[in-house]
Amino acid sequence: MADTMVETTRPIVSVRDLAVEFRQHTGIVRALEAVSLDLHPGRVLGVVGESGCGKSVTARAMLRILDRNGSITAGRVTLDPGTAAEQDLTALEPEGAQIRSVRGGRIGLIFQEPMAALSMQYTVGNQLMEAIRVHRDPGKAKARERAISLLNEVGIPRPETRIDAYPFQLSGGLRQRVGIALALAAEPDVLIADEPTTALDVTTQAQILALLRRLQRDKQIALMLITHDMGVIAQMADDVAVMYLGRIVEFAPVRELFKHPQHPYTRALLRSVPNLDATPRQRLATIGGAVPQPGSRPVGCPFHPRCPEAIPGRCDTMVPAPVPPGAAGASCFLVEDAAA
Amino acid sequence: MNVLEVSGLSKHFPIVAGILRREIGRVRAADDVNFVIEKGKTLALVGESGCGKTTVARCILRALRPTAGAIRFAPDDERMIDLAPLSRSALRPLRRHIQLIFQDPYASLNPRMMVGDIIAEPLVVTGVPGPEREARVRELLDLVGLPAVARLRFPHAFSGGQRQRIGIARALALNPRLIVADEPVSALDVSVQAQIINLLLDLQDRLGLSMLFVAHDLGVVRHVSDRVAVMYVGRIVEVAPTTELYATPLHPYTRALLAAVPKADPEARDAITAPRGEVADPANPPPGCAFNPRCPFVIDRCRQDRPELVEVAPGHLSACFRATELMA
Repeated sequence: MADTMVETTRPIVSVRDLAVEFRQHTGIVRALEAVSLDLHPGRVLGVVGESGCGKSVTARAMLRILDRNGSITAGRVTLDPGTAAEQDLTALEPEGAQIRSVRGGRIGLIFQEPMAALSMQYTVGNQLMEAIRVHRDPGKAKARERAISLLNEVGIPRPETRIDAYPFQLSGGLRQRVGIALALAAEPDVLIADEPTTALDVTTQAQILALLRRLQRDKQIALMLITHDMGVIAQMADDVAVMYLGRIVEFAPVRELFKHPQHPYTRALLRSVPNLDATPRQRLATIGGAVPQPGSRPVGCPFHPRCPEAIPGRCDTMVPAPVPPGAAGASCFLVEDAAA
Repeated sequence: MNVLEVSGLSKHFPIVAGILRREIGRVRAADDVNFVIEKGKTLALVGESGCGKTTVARCILRALRPTAGAIRFAPDDERMIDLAPLSRSALRPLRRHIQLIFQDPYASLNPRMMVGDIIAEPLVVTGVPGPEREARVRELLDLVGLPAVARLRFPHAFSGGQRQRIGIARALALNPRLIVADEPVSALDVSVQAQIINLLLDLQDRLGLSMLFVAHDLGVVRHVSDRVAVMYVGRIVEVAPTTELYATPLHPYTRALLAAVPKADPEARDAITAPRGEVADPANPPPGCAFNPRCPFVIDRCRQDRPELVEVAPGHLSACFRATELMA
C-alpha cells in the first residue's frame, strides 16, 4: 500500500469541475460545485462528509442516476481518460444504451440498503444470472455456475442452495453480500459503494468491510467508498476527499489526512469522533452550529459561519479555490496563506 | 441509592400458527435480565439489532407488560414501587417520573404543533396553569440551548440536532427521575452528535438525572455512561464500570463488539476484526451459551450449559465460563 499518491498510474475515471443543481419549489439548489477527483485502479478513494455535503450526489451524477429534478450544469466525468476508448459520461443520454452498459458493466454500484438493488420477486440466482448475461452472455448453465462462484466469493455459506433463495429470506448481512455479488457480476473495473455498511450492525459491518477490502485488492478494483464515518475511512481508504456543502474542502492520502488535517472542518470533524480511549464523562469537541439547509448556502466559504478561524471580510465574501485534482490540499484561505 | 432495580425481567413473545393460533414457540426477546441504575448515574445498554435492548427499555416504560420479573422504581427518595404488575391506572401517576428521548428527532415531533406547545404538552396534561407553563417552556428552552423564540416556530424550521434538543426539553418538562434515551444520537451527523452528548452530560450534572442509555455500538457509550451492560440474544452477557469494560472485557462477545468498531486511526489498519457467522435467531437460539457458534474461546461445556451472569471481579459481571481466563 503506497502512502503517497500514485501519479504513475493513469486514472480509470476522472471527474473535473462537476456541478449539479436541483430544481425545487423554493428555487434552484446548488448541490455540487467544482468537484474534481480521480479513481485509480487498485486504490480506494474515501469520500467523507455529513448529510447534505454532496457525497452521494457526486456518485449519482457520475453514473447519471440523479433524480429527475437534478441536472449536471458543468464539468466532465471521463471514463478511460487519455485512451482511445475515452468517453465523457456527462455527454451520454441518461437512459441510453451506452450509459447503461457502463453502469453495472464497467462501474459496479453498491447501495446502503441492498434491497434497493435487489428485486423481491426474483431469486438471488435469477438476478445474478441476468446481470452476468446482460454484459457478457456465457449461456444459461455457465451463468448459473458463475453466479454460484460469485456467491461463494462474497462469503455466502452453501451457495448452491442459497442461489435459489429470495432476497427477503436472507439476513441484512447476507443481502449486502448478494448486493456486492451483483455489483461484481459484470467484472467491473470500478466500484462505487455508497454507505455500504451504514444499515448494518457493527459486527456485520466489520465482516462486510473486510470482504470489500479483500475483493478490491484481489481484483485491483478502483473503489470509491462513500461514508459519514471517519473510522471506516481510516480503515479502508488510500486517499480521502472531505466534502462540505457540495465542495471537496480537503484531499489527502489517508495517513496524511489524519496526522496533519489542513482544513478547519476536517480538523473539527476528526476531533468530534467518539473515542474508545476516552475517560468517563469526557466531553467531546464540537463544531458550533449545524450544516446549513441546502437552500440557504452561505456567501463565501461554505464553512465560514461555523469556522472558529474565519477571517472577516474575506471568508464571508470570497470562495477559496477548489482543491486541484490529484494533489493533496485544502480549499481554505488560511491554508493558502500558510503556503504562500 | 438506586433509582431502578430490574430483576429477573423476561419478555417472551409467542409464535402462533394455524387457525387456532396455537403457540408453537416463543421469542425470548428478553430473558432473565438483571441490572440496577444508581441515582444520578447512567447505565448504557448495548447490543446489536434483535438483542432485546429496546424490549427491555419498553418494559421499563411499561409500553410492554413483562412476562416475568420485577422493575422496582423509586419515584422519590422514600418509595420503591414494582412497575411490572401495575395496571394502567396505577401506572398513570408514576409515568411522569420516567421520560423517553427518541432516536429519530424527525419522527418524534408533531409537525403541526409549535415547538412551545410540544414542550408544554406534558405540562398541560398534568394540569400546570398557563402562565406557569409559559415560564417553564422558556426555562426548558434555555436549559437545552435554544432561544426563547424557538417556541413560536414549527419543527420543520429546525435541524436534526436542534430537534433533538426540543425532544430533550419535552422529556425534562416534568422533572423526571429517570430518562430512557433510545439511541438518541445515532440519527445525527457526527459534529451534531458531539453537541447532544455534551448536552446530556451537562444536564445530568445540573439536574442529577439518572439515565438508561440504549445504544447499538460501543462508540459514544464510553463518553456518556458510568456502567455498561452488554446484551446478546435476549440476555445480559456482561456488566461493568465503563472504564473497566473497555480495558478488560470479560466476555468474548464484548471483545468482538470492541474489535468490530472501525478505529479512526489509519496507523491501526487491519485491527478491525469480525466474529464469524451471524447473530443467533432469538426464536431458536443455540443450546448452551447463545454466542457459542461464533465464539473463538468455545469449549464443549458452552454447547450444553448456559453460563449465568456472575461477579468475576468487584462490580464486574460476566456470563462466560472462561471469564477468569480472559482476565489474564
